[in-house]
Amino acid sequence: MTVKTIPAVTSSAERSAIKKLAQAIWRTRWMYLLMAPTLIYFLIFKYGPLWNAQIAFKDFKPLLGVMGSPWVGFKHFESFIHSYYFGELLTNTIFFSLAKLLLGMPIAVICAIALHETWLVRFRTFVQTTIYLPHFLSWVVMFGVLLVLLSPGNGLLNEIIEKLGGKPIPFMTSPKYFRWVVVLSDIWKETGWSTILYLAALLGINPDLYEAAAVDGASPLQRIRYISLPGIVPVIVLVTLLRMGHILEAGFNQIFVLYSVPVYSVGDILDTWVYRQGLLHFEFSLATAVGFFKGAIGLVLILVANRIARRVAERSLW
Amino acid sequence: MLRMRTRGGLAFQIGIAAFLLVALLIVLIPFWRVIVTAFVPLDVYTHEGVPFFLSPAKWSIEAFKQLMTHSQFPRALWNSIVITIMGVAISMTLTIPLAYGLSTRDLPGRKLIMGLILFTYLFSPGLIPVYLLITGMKLTNNYLAIILPPAVSVYNTLVMTSFFEELPVELKEAARLDGANELQVLWHVIIPLSKPILLTIGLFYAVYFWNQFFTPILYLNKNELLPLPVLLRNILISSSLNEYVEYNAFSTSAVESLKAAGVLITMIPMLLVYPWIQRYFTKGTLVGGVKE
Repeated sequence: MTVKTIPAVTSSAERSAIKKLAQAIWRTRWMYLLMAPTLIYFLIFKYGPLWNAQIAFKDFKPLLGVMGSPWVGFKHFESFIHSYYFGELLTNTIFFSLAKLLLGMPIAVICAIALHETWLVRFRTFVQTTIYLPHFLSWVVMFGVLLVLLSPGNGLLNEIIEKLGGKPIPFMTSPKYFRWVVVLSDIWKETGWSTILYLAALLGINPDLYEAAAVDGASPLQRIRYISLPGIVPVIVLVTLLRMGHILEAGFNQIFVLYSVPVYSVGDILDTWVYRQGLLHFEFSLATAVGFFKGAIGLVLILVANRIARRVAERSLW
Repeated sequence: MLRMRTRGGLAFQIGIAAFLLVALLIVLIPFWRVIVTAFVPLDVYTHEGVPFFLSPAKWSIEAFKQLMTHSQFPRALWNSIVITIMGVAISMTLTIPLAYGLSTRDLPGRKLIMGLILFTYLFSPGLIPVYLLITGMKLTNNYLAIILPPAVSVYNTLVMTSFFEELPVELKEAARLDGANELQVLWHVIIPLSKPILLTIGLFYAVYFWNQFFTPILYLNKNELLPLPVLLRNILISSSLNEYVEYNAFSTSAVESLKAAGVLITMIPMLLVYPWIQRYFTKGTLVGGVKE
């Protein structure tokens, strides 16, 4: 129902437009009724929190409620930005996001190309099925798996280190190693799943190109270099942009499960800090301000990322 | 996937196969280790720890027995099943009509609704405002507290919408001309035609609810309400398991075995539904809402 041109509207034309709209709404009244529960749901559970977010600009006192608490402007934002943990949290958050992206993506691309190249059809299906699986597991289960691998007592890795004459390393609680436990365990869990997108792009490449390359006597590596890789560049660009848009999402569930007091300095991210500050130290307003800050930056980043994606990769996220 | 077999291919093929084999082992070895740890009998464990290979004759299911005979674990398993079923039912009931409405091109206000929904996807003020909402509604110790906030995923809704949009309009029109109302059209025409996408989205919601552990920690503070992942986490981080199993000097399995068995029990339902999910997503149903 879009009005294409706006001539000098006469009042009668206006009236008939309103009438038309009213008719259209009446015609689709059952549809609105059908959607009503979900729309009410959105109002309460998605816009309710947005309403509550005003306490970022207030000094929230539970007894006074969201409405009754006094306004304080940007006080909490300022105190957060000037605090010493601001730099630390931002560094950790961005480190995790970037490391997962920069290390994880090449591995996923290589796996996708290998899956695409192999002649062993059954083996390929089996590998695919297996490496997708960890994506569906909870981080709690992953924590259990990591304990079995990394615990200083009888973790597999530490047993190997001891056999080679080394000393066991407390990977999960040592500030020196914790970051890599986070990054590598995420790559272990998600690489398989992220090959799906690249595989789909590889399957979308025109087979004539491969045939022509075969006729020209191209080696497999040349084929990958000049056909496969260029074919998935748009997807790589798109995924990178999307991930940059979500750069402040460093994996709350993962870090919440894996971290502990000794590694706070290298493991704490914005989300985990918001949780502790807000719900363990009851600094509701400050924590909300940090959440709001993160949400606002995230919104800007994702809008920019989408605009660039539209221009560069001629695709968009929505 | 490549039918063309180019020259110089054999050595390359061997290299590719070796690479994939390594990738496979990197994923499988940790799981193998968890399995052996869960089944290792106490006497072997006390002498040599967890062996890499354990002769099948020696496998012991004591750890599983111990977990499942204590009241906590079976109850948590049941709680997880309840949460997952309730969650999927509520999520689907709310997601399907919205996706259906949004897929109706001539719905007045469609763009506005789409915009309002998309905004909640793009901007989130974080944890605390949701927490205030849920505690304000007195939903603490109620499963609705962990089901409702994530009940409708905007992403899933949009994937479903784009599937509905591809269905032939004529079918809907014909049903409407026969005097069917929107609910009847949805129920008798749309849903039967959309089984693959409904099953896929349903399973994705199920995986989500099954794996949830943070919001249960946040909103459920009664032991008897906890779902499996939360109990597993408590078991994994505790050094003495007295609270969760009959663990004492006469125990028939090592603490490590009990923990590994807990990991496996939490994983098994996922493994059971996995072939189903897998069948659909490899068809490309979910890749950015690509239609079959």
